[in-house]
Amino acid sequence: MRKYFIDIYKSVWSVLIGMKITFGHLFVPAVTIQYPDVKPKLPERARNRLYVNMDDCIGCLQCEMACPVNCIEIATVKSLPTDDLGTTSTGQKKKLWVTKFDIDIAKCCFCGLCVYPCPTECIKMTEVYEFSEYDRNNFLYNFVTLTKEEIENVKAKAAEYEKEQAAKKAAAAAQAKPATAPTQQPPPTAQQS
Amino acid sequence: MTDIFETSIKTSTGKALRREEMVINMGPQHPSTHGVLRLEVVADGEIVIDVIPHIGYLHRCFEKHAENMTGYQQVVPYVDRMDYCAAMNMDFGYVLAVEKLLGIQVPERVEYIRVIMAELQRVASHLIAAGTYGLDIGAFTPFLYMFRERERILDLFEMTCGARLLYNYMWVGGVSHDLPPGFIDKAKDFCQYFKPKIKEYNDLLSYNEIFIKRTANVGVLPGDVAIAYGCSGPVLRGSGVDFDLRRDDPYSVYHKFDWKPEIGKGEMGAVGDCWDRYIVRIREMIQSINIVEQALNQIPEGDVATAIPKRIRPNAGDVYVRTESARGELGFYVISDGTAKPFRIKARSPSFVNLSVIPEISRGGMIADLVAIAGSLDIVLGEVDR
Amino acid sequence: MEQLLRNIFDNNIFVFTVTAILPLIWIVPYALVAIWLERKISAHMQDRLGPMRTGGWHGWSQTIADMLKLLQKEDIVPAAADKILFNLAPYIIFIAAYAAYAAIPFSSAYIGADINVGIFYIIAVTSLAVVGILMGGWASNNKWSLFGAMRAAAQIVSYEIPSVLAVLAVVMIAGTLSLQEINNLQTGWFWNWYVFQKFPFIFVAFIIYFIAALAEVNRVPFDIPEAESELVAGYVTEYSGMKFAMFMFAEFVNMFAVSAIAATLFFGGWNSPFGDFLGGPIWGVFWFLSKGMVLVSIQMWLRWTLPRLRVDQLMYVSWKVLTPFAFACVIAVGLWMML
Ligand code: SF4
Ligand code: SF4
Repeated sequence: MRKYFIDIYKSVWSVLIGMKITFGHLFVPAVTIQYPDVKPKLPERARNRLYVNMDDCIGCLQCEMACPVNCIEIATVKSLPTDDLGTTSTGQKKKLWVTKFDIDIAKCCFCGLCVYPCPTECIKMTEVYEFSEYDRNNFLYNFVTLTKEEIENVKAKAAEYEKEQAAKKAAAAAQAKPATAPTQQPPPTAQQS
Repeated sequence: MTDIFETSIKTSTGKALRREEMVINMGPQHPSTHGVLRLEVVADGEIVIDVIPHIGYLHRCFEKHAENMTGYQQVVPYVDRMDYCAAMNMDFGYVLAVEKLLGIQVPERVEYIRVIMAELQRVASHLIAAGTYGLDIGAFTPFLYMFRERERILDLFEMTCGARLLYNYMWVGGVSHDLPPGFIDKAKDFCQYFKPKIKEYNDLLSYNEIFIKRTANVGVLPGDVAIAYGCSGPVLRGSGVDFDLRRDDPYSVYHKFDWKPEIGKGEMGAVGDCWDRYIVRIREMIQSINIVEQALNQIPEGDVATAIPKRIRPNAGDVYVRTESARGELGFYVISDGTAKPFRIKARSPSFVNLSVIPEISRGGMIADLVAIAGSLDIVLGEVDR
Repeated sequence: MEQLLRNIFDNNIFVFTVTAILPLIWIVPYALVAIWLERKISAHMQDRLGPMRTGGWHGWSQTIADMLKLLQKEDIVPAAADKILFNLAPYIIFIAAYAAYAAIPFSSAYIGADINVGIFYIIAVTSLAVVGILMGGWASNNKWSLFGAMRAAAQIVSYEIPSVLAVLAVVMIAGTLSLQEINNLQTGWFWNWYVFQKFPFIFVAFIIYFIAALAEVNRVPFDIPEAESELVAGYVTEYSGMKFAMFMFAEFVNMFAVSAIAATLFFGGWNSPFGDFLGGPIWGVFWFLSKGMVLVSIQMWLRWTLPRLRVDQLMYVSWKVLTPFAFACVIAVGLWMML
């Protein structure tokens, strides 16, 4: 019997305490913000949309290797020794035409792992976080600056150059044939590193 | 329970009534299964006769993915996604395992940073656990108060590593960034701000008589049963078993702080009931905040990147490292075959094991109790299914 | 009022229609405002802002927008549902809620039907909602809905008893069942209100009535029929579009109905609290509605503070706590009257 009344007393009392707290909060200013009107200030290190500064990219594929979800796709073509691709802002000489640099931002998990290994710091996180799209295909971001023709051109040139080199090599090999037996060069095994 | 069904009931005209149990599906789309858990409930009216948890709706092949990454570091974002409520704790366990495999000793400052992050994350995770628990019981408001505080913790994380939920902050051999300037002050401010809030939660929820009535003596998990099922974390400690890996299998710098594990004492009912499990989480928040404060005061200067290896290629071998995540014993068993990719990674996830006691402790209760029990176990389906 | 209309129009059917529809003029805007208010109150209690955009100032037209959205929604009837009952249920629930307004005195000049057993009629007719809830829950052919319906039926039937006993205490003092007369008996200053009479018995009766009313309209902490964390949404799980809106509407209409009855029985209904100050039929409407709204707000306040009880605890509260206390009140008031 005593417990019965104590229970009732406790229930009523704890309900009143709870009501007091919630009532107090009625007059506390809200902690939420009106998002599109008021935007939170992002810290410096915020990780959002990726951006690649193609002027600086040397096509080293480090970022592609580092990505855990394989959302970066890069293709490169060797440049001719006569071509001058310029240097990056860090003073490195560019040796490869980057003919394809796609980031599927829909797959990207914003882990930031691609940012750290880049030798020229050209792939980086930006402050942009509002980039929703109506079409999924728009999430495939192309960063390549070369036009289609240029890419074709570069590719053709590289193929030609390659052929020339091969022909030269063959000629050299033919000359050297009597001296040394042609050894089958094993293709370089792709070492995982 | 079954004898109800064996005794026959007759109508006034002498016809025997046929009675049967009802099978209902709770989930995978159900508001209180905390994700995509499916509980197959055999019920007699409101009384639960049996529960069969079905899992796997969130299976993302974490272990298989890990074998196919380009390296050990690339697994970290996936580890984050196992327990998305306590990503820092997950990272912590994984990097410790790989470091042990590599035999790296990380700088002291890194250890401190990791402990600070892990403990803040534990607070954030327990805030979700306690908040959603209130929601399961029907109290909506504490949930939002707790999320308010959690946001402040996430702000601290965002300031440190740029992400709010899935951090990829702890790296093998170090952390991705040093603490930003002003972090220590902000974190101290947060600790000061947070402590009085606990009282608010207690007044509003923990010691509310209705809440006590709903959770005390419900889903009682005795200590020996908890051990037999392999439970860990707050679920085990709520049952009165004094076991905390941070103390009993010390890793990192936990031995340098003054703290002791919280255990359930059966204040409102039997030891190991839902209320005990809940209150252990609330008290662990205070405890974690104390650890964070101590760590913030003691943190040494130094460089955080010195021990980060250029390439991670451990010798062939295997390690098992266990840490205390927000939900219990998180173990990583990593086998290396000497290449740069992990040969096999097995995660022992605490929620998965804790979930297995559900049938044991919810039989004979009511449907509403089942919700209370599932909430008190604090499962995260990402981690159960991996 | 009725007399006035009759004098003007001299057409009984027309007059009855008008008197029957009049409360709608209040409850439709009321429901829109109350839903908005509930969102705002809950938001501010939780340190949020709530709806802020629709319609400009603090999202005042959010409910209107929601209603338009619900109107446009596809009306889904589950394939295995009992179609007739399924379609009928929301209307029965609404009718039960609305029928109560027939005997609620909005002002000294306006009451739908001044029947001499007003309060008795209201209590009887609001119980009709159980039928609708059971129909909806059963016809949905969903186990969760059925659970909700069973719980609702058990709950409403059991809480009827303490609430009737609490009302009985007032009726004993008033000596009448007509709500208009009960109001007339409470004129004057606020200490004439029944809640302050025979202290503390009628006050306790009010608390009992209020708690029981919370249970009857399925509000927290007694919202177990639609406990969203247990039963998804209880008996409304399968409803969508306008039918769902009907349930929602009926809930808010009911909330006001019980508050209005509490205001009438315990707080003097349309009487001004300060004697003749701002008295009269027009101000009477104002006083009555504000008293009702205050009680509605208290219901919302409780809703956003408390957790929910379990089914067996709910029955415990009804049968072992409220009913004995209500009996004690009735007996105490009776003895007091005899002295
Ligand atoms: S942020 Fe992560 S997921 Fe996104 S492209 Fe970089 S490495 Fe890949
Ligand atoms: S790591 Fe940097 S330089 Fe290398 S390919 Fe990627 S973006 Fe270009």
